[in-house]
Amino acid sequence: MRDVAVVGVGMTKFGEIWDSSLRDLYVEAALGAIENSGVDHIDSMIIGCMSGGLFVGQEHLGSMLADYLGIKHLPASRVESACASGGLAFRHALIEVASGMSDIVMAGGVEKMNDISGDGATFALATAADQEYEVFHGATFPGLYALMAVAHMEKYGTTRDMLAAVAVKNHDNGALNPNAQYPFKITMDTVKSSVMIADPLRILDCSPITDGAAAVILTTVDIAKKLGKPYVKITGSGHATDTIALHSRDDMTTIKATTVAADKALKMAGKTIKDVNFAEVHDCFTIAELVVMESLGLYAPGKAGEAVLNGETALNGKFPINTSGGLKSKGHPVGATGVAQIVEIFKQLTGVAENGRQLKSNPKVGLAQNMGGSGGSSLVHILEVA
Amino acid sequence: MYSARDWREYPRRYRLEAGKCKKCGKIEFPTRLVCSKCGAREFETEMLPDTGKVLTYTVIRTAPSQFTDIAPYAIAIAELTNGVKLTAQLVDCDVDKIKVGDEVRIEFRRVQTDAHSGILSYGYKFVPKWY
Repeated sequence: MRDVAVVGVGMTKFGEIWDSSLRDLYVEAALGAIENSGVDHIDSMIIGCMSGGLFVGQEHLGSMLADYLGIKHLPASRVESACASGGLAFRHALIEVASGMSDIVMAGGVEKMNDISGDGATFALATAADQEYEVFHGATFPGLYALMAVAHMEKYGTTRDMLAAVAVKNHDNGALNPNAQYPFKITMDTVKSSVMIADPLRILDCSPITDGAAAVILTTVDIAKKLGKPYVKITGSGHATDTIALHSRDDMTTIKATTVAADKALKMAGKTIKDVNFAEVHDCFTIAELVVMESLGLYAPGKAGEAVLNGETALNGKFPINTSGGLKSKGHPVGATGVAQIVEIFKQLTGVAENGRQLKSNPKVGLAQNMGGSGGSSLVHILEVA
Repeated sequence: MYSARDWREYPRRYRLEAGKCKKCGKIEFPTRLVCSKCGAREFETEMLPDTGKVLTYTVIRTAPSQFTDIAPYAIAIAELTNGVKLTAQLVDCDVDKIKVGDEVRIEFRRVQTDAHSGILSYGYKFVPKWY
């Protein structure tokens, strides 16, 4: 396998982007990544999108997005793993470059979620759960994560304040991200008095409905050196699945797919979790960030909440998590999220994060964790300074 | 909802039919073609027991359109007496008083009305055991 690098990144503003269509969003992010990298062409493109079909009635995205990017006959594929589609696109771009099949590959992600009603979006997102044995009975995505939250609270004594602290911390970071959907701070009281969605999760425990796209350029380390611009190395990649239905798992207080994917990625990188300096994790709900911290092995089961309350995962804390603002504040265009996590890791490792959000600790190793559904799939990537 | 999608599930939703692996005894609900424990491919039909206890629960306050008329409603994952776990609504109780460990029984109820097709879908719900 060849050593692979990320040489350029691009993303749109995340939010309710009424003036842009799915294709406009994707092309804007893609052009940004190409320009940022300095490459004069790409050989192939892998796109993560959860549900162009349900959100905007458009499938066949490989062809459409290559067409609108203006590259005739480009091999372009769309991959899907629910909210982990972006992470999956990144992994497949990595495999394509590492294998020698292509030298320069774009991994992109896009979702246009505001062109349908809230009920339509709820339906589209719920297709990531078991339609006949969860959704049929009235389960929603906030509902499934609420089931995890209650189980976690029951088993470990996790508190309402611990959940709220995740949202507050991520908004503190997102307030410094010009691309964030909600770039402002919130307080513990605001979270705890916001409208209840699925007990104990309130609206400010939930990531929003978002339009947005992100793209990154992967190439060999040899080509990256010749380009003469800052780049980061991809040293680990792990991917795992689990049962689609939450109730089928032995333990509902952990995400086993993330544990397995992280083990694979760290082994490939020749590292342990203690060697990692910071992470972007999939905080689709506040409870998800706590469960993922524990599933990655960063904290013992039941210990993540206390760490967040103590500020250990804050910007410039002991182990910063979601310096971008995470899905909670930056926004969660589901197919784009996994790629946008790579954008943030790239910025932090190359020292260009905006607005004072750049980590002062001079980080060398970053981890991105993306997941689909209630943990039915997960991807973990390790990136390092060149 | 299409009618075929609804009636295909009748054995599970109307009669609680599960599949018991003939080789290792693992009970799959719904039944499958391949045993998730041992990989064997032969099953015999077995009915699920109708009692269990709540492992976790939530109250859905913001409901999908098929369920807005009954919101807020509780969803629970219960473990039945044979170890099978499943998700269903927990009804006929005060949703603010549900606790992990509550004993429940399965009853046959109307689950949802699909507004587009007009199909009334029936299936299982949990009720408090003492009800």
